[in-house]
Amino acid sequence: MRSLAKWGVAACAVVAAGVFAGAAQAADTIKIGTFLSVTGPASFLGEPEKKTLEMYVERLNKDGGVKGRKVELVHYDDGGAPDKAATFAKRLIQNDNVDIIIGGTTTGTSMAAIKVVEPAGVPFISLAGGIDIVDPVKKWVFKTPHTDRMAAEKVFLDMKKRGLTKIAMISEDAGFGKSGHDQSLKVAGIYGIQIVADEVYSPKDPDVTAQLTKIKNAAGVQAVFNFGFGQGPAIVTKNYKQLGMSLPFYQSHGVASKDFIKLAGEASEGIRLPAAGLVVADQLAATDPQKPVVTAFKKEYEAAFKSDVSTFAGHAYDGLQIALAAILRAGSTDKEKVRSEIEKTSGYVGTGGLVSMSPEDHMGLSLSAFRMVEVRKGDWVLVD
Amino acid sequence: MWKTARIGGLGALALILVLAPLGFPNAYFYDIAVKALFNAVVCIGLNLLIGYGGQISLGHAGFFALGAYGSAILTVTYKLPALPAMLLSALGVGVLAYLIGRPILRLKGHYLAMATLGIGIIIHIVLKTESGLTGGPDGMGVDPFSVMGFTMMGDRMWYWAAAALLVLAVWLSLNLIDSPVGRALRAVHGSEVGAEVVGVDTSSYKVMVFVVSAVFASLIGSLFAHKDGFITPDIGSFFRSVEFVVMVVLGGMASTFGSVVGAIILTLLPQVLTVVEDYEAMVFGGIMMGTMIFLPKGLLPSLVAGLRKRGGAAQ
Repeated sequence: MRSLAKWGVAACAVVAAGVFAGAAQAADTIKIGTFLSVTGPASFLGEPEKKTLEMYVERLNKDGGVKGRKVELVHYDDGGAPDKAATFAKRLIQNDNVDIIIGGTTTGTSMAAIKVVEPAGVPFISLAGGIDIVDPVKKWVFKTPHTDRMAAEKVFLDMKKRGLTKIAMISEDAGFGKSGHDQSLKVAGIYGIQIVADEVYSPKDPDVTAQLTKIKNAAGVQAVFNFGFGQGPAIVTKNYKQLGMSLPFYQSHGVASKDFIKLAGEASEGIRLPAAGLVVADQLAATDPQKPVVTAFKKEYEAAFKSDVSTFAGHAYDGLQIALAAILRAGSTDKEKVRSEIEKTSGYVGTGGLVSMSPEDHMGLSLSAFRMVEVRKGDWVLVD
Repeated sequence: MWKTARIGGLGALALILVLAPLGFPNAYFYDIAVKALFNAVVCIGLNLLIGYGGQISLGHAGFFALGAYGSAILTVTYKLPALPAMLLSALGVGVLAYLIGRPILRLKGHYLAMATLGIGIIIHIVLKTESGLTGGPDGMGVDPFSVMGFTMMGDRMWYWAAAALLVLAVWLSLNLIDSPVGRALRAVHGSEVGAEVVGVDTSSYKVMVFVVSAVFASLIGSLFAHKDGFITPDIGSFFRSVEFVVMVVLGGMASTFGSVVGAIILTLLPQVLTVVEDYEAMVFGGIMMGTMIFLPKGLLPSLVAGLRKRGGAAQ
């Protein structure tokens, strides 16, 4: 028992030594801090993000780093908990003295970290979708993924083109779907879209035929738009087919992964949704400026990890590239210089689309970043 | 004798709290320390219920979250000053705990655990779905804590406030345990029937300690919301409730200082374990299992017993 205690003390000392050794690294390296939800409910987003960052930083160092300076990645897993994210953001800034932070898998963790990042004055590139992150614009905060508002706009634009003006919405009552639903209501008027039926369901509902029947019986509905994430939209899609509904059916970018088609099966035929260019990399026109970027990223990711590339991995890739380019242009890791260089990012072609930021726009993506795709024979087909 | 031990313990705690910042190189350390102290106060309250009252609650994160959201909503939406908002939330939580406590504290063992678990989960769900009020799963921002023009800013100031609060909570808890109420509670823990036979109104004592521990959690929840500046419903998740119980059990049930030790260790551990990165959960689990197997009474009581034994052998 006594020797056991001794070993315990020794182990603690070793761990503590590790912590302090981490703090006292050479100042010559560029330190990129990241906190991601690698475990917990958002792990399917955080895991590919982390793998991507690690892979590209390692590759960069093999090629000699940035102007001879090595890049060091400091990573913490927040498990999807916002208060942990805030603590880790503080740790990255105060204890690890990072030059820039790329991370924040979910809107919640990003928003919590912003409270720490803004007063400290460290450039922060978030990888989460929520529009609140950059609206209103915050001096030190940027983000790479598309917002739910853009997804709604893209869908409404497509509806308008097809002459569909009266639509029904069915959305998740929490998180992603809820936020998307609210943004949809905000922008519908701009595109002359009238929402004549508005139904909700819970992410774990095993059946939504009741809500769909209401939509089916609502007068004048010309199209249906489902905003949701995970397995919910697959269930909506299956029920839609079971009820024999044949109106044009739209989904959000939340289902832009092959898993959705697998889950919904044949019922997904003919569904339209907005998706990043990465999803349909092979189908992009040869003249498309995004073509070389997304095909290269897809190939490298799939070769390295033997799994389908995800758009979330792409967000991390974009964040890293924007950060490195800004550091290169700034010629130093001075935080204010790097921040203003990120803000000047212009014409960067990433996996998410063409990024041109400005002091008023800290995301820099336009609607053209989204492609309208349709499910045909179990695969995505680019329609617009 | 007991009295001197109590004052000695409090003095030692105060001394440690005063000296600890000498080893804090930057604000991040203060931040972690504040979180540890906050958790310690919640655990002191919970220890009264679990360690002394012999009851269990798997829903205390729910009360913590209610305090946090109460303060957040009252200050942000209804523009109330921070202090009244905090007290109002605590009052509301106290009333709620009383109303819930009366019926469910009649339950025993697993049934009580299930009932409190249910309450915690219901609170979590309500916070998540009432998005008009709470901002939904994405959470809401909270303004800094300010009283009469004085604003709590920075981790250092929070550290001293939290340290003072902890000393106060420990003092309250030690006094309560050593009062007639405390003796009655321990009697309930020992044997409920026996306590009733000697004339202890067991159910009202149980409800009282349940309310007290819920109010502790609510007050700290309010402070936490102001300090972090951003809260999401996940601060009231089931996992958090379990975390609180584990802190109490790890530190040592029926030991106020044990709860403090347990809370501090369990708050620091995840930060230290980031060194082993991918094996974090495994190492964490290993430490927990080891403690439960080798120190079944919890860290502090086992250590104290060990020291006594050794001291006895030496004589």
